[in-house]
Amino acid sequence: MKAVGVILAVAVALALQTTAARFLVRGSVAVDLVLVVVVYVALTSGPAAGLLSGTFAGLAQDALSSSVIGIGGLAKTLVGFLAGIIGTQFIVTASLPRFVVFFGATVLHAVVFMGLYVLLDLRHFGEPYAAVAGQATANAVVGVVAFQLAELLPGAVERRRAGKSRLRR
Amino acid sequence: MAILDIRQRSGYLFLAVTLGQILLVSAQVNSKSGVPVIESVTFGIFSEVQRGLSGGFLGIRSLWTGYIGLRHVKAENDTLKRDLAAAQVAVQEQRALADRTRGLENLLGLRQQVKLNTVAAEIIGAAASPDFRTLTIDKGTRDGVRADMSVIAPAGVVGRLVVPSMRSAKVQLLIDRNAAAGAIIERTRAQGVVVGGGDDRLRMEYVSEVFDIVVGDVVVTSGIDGIYPKGFVIGQIESVERSGGAYKRITIKPAVDFRSLEEVLVVLTPTPAREAAQGVSE
Repeated sequence: MKAVGVILAVAVALALQTTAARFLVRGSVAVDLVLVVVVYVALTSGPAAGLLSGTFAGLAQDALSSSVIGIGGLAKTLVGFLAGIIGTQFIVTASLPRFVVFFGATVLHAVVFMGLYVLLDLRHFGEPYAAVAGQATANAVVGVVAFQLAELLPGAVERRRAGKSRLRR
Repeated sequence: MAILDIRQRSGYLFLAVTLGQILLVSAQVNSKSGVPVIESVTFGIFSEVQRGLSGGFLGIRSLWTGYIGLRHVKAENDTLKRDLAAAQVAVQEQRALADRTRGLENLLGLRQQVKLNTVAAEIIGAAASPDFRTLTIDKGTRDGVRADMSVIAPAGVVGRLVVPSMRSAKVQLLIDRNAAAGAIIERTRAQGVVVGGGDDRLRMEYVSEVFDIVVGDVVVTSGIDGIYPKGFVIGQIESVERSGGAYKRITIKPAVDFRSLEEVLVVLTPTPAREAAQGVSE
């Protein structure tokens, strides 16, 4: 994936997160579309692209939230880098492994993000297990569906073209 | 070897980026006072993008609901909603007025009138991260709003203003993990602090075990925090548990449905506590 494509994907995710996502929040379950994009980029383009997209996306999110700039960036950088390594070292093409990667990435992100806040004594999160599990499941579902769509759509276009050419003959 | 080389490069890159961000975090944590300039500037710029996106989003939605959908019913419904909102705000003001007047009459034998000066604002965006519960409104410093002003809705308290820019502002919702407000249980007059939990519920802390508190009791602002005016509804008590210590464990269902908020009111009138604080500082 090219740099412009990554920046565009992160920007679209941020825009969706700040406009449409608030209508999708239910209780403690909230999808982090930006994290989904970072993991997607990491799995498709490797650790370097993953960590850079994580840095960019995390810093942008931090700057737009009332948070310390860098904490979300650090968490997403780590997640993007590790997801990229997993993508290059293992075969992550079926839905279940992808689900596991998205789920694990969200949990790791939450551990680093909340851990840093607690470590610096800036925020307290109580017992966020249910919220993290809910968000990880939601992110994993969105991530797997995004992969399916990205893989199905180009195929559908080609099939349509092939069908048309067969009709002309 | 080529793969190893790429891995090494990305490893160095990872270390450099991580180190850079650790330094960035350290700098802010050590010297943070008020709102960081970078946050304010970035927020100001991005809120304009949010305004545009929100305009497009709302335009499409209003086209659908107002034109293709039920055009006449929508107009009538809007009028009724406005009337109801105005009536609810009036009830809130009357409640605050009655509460304050009763207290002052009892204690001092004085009468005082409360008139809140507010400005209506439209919500143009939400938090960029689900870990924070904030909203962006379309009113900024040029409309007279300042940091730490309270934000209310017809149903009750919404939150407080944290980052104002010229044409927009960020509102920290009361359900955010970092939010808190001085509160009082209307029936028993038990005081405490309401704090957000990051989900759709609030907790009330520091309420003594000796108070008789039941499910359904209404919790209102106490006004001692200097941000929220006294007597505004926060929510209703949903559960009360004995924690075993000196305080009860209380869960509150907020009066405001934060998911369906579209317009809010920013209270421009400073609270007596803040006026007093400003007087002291001057």
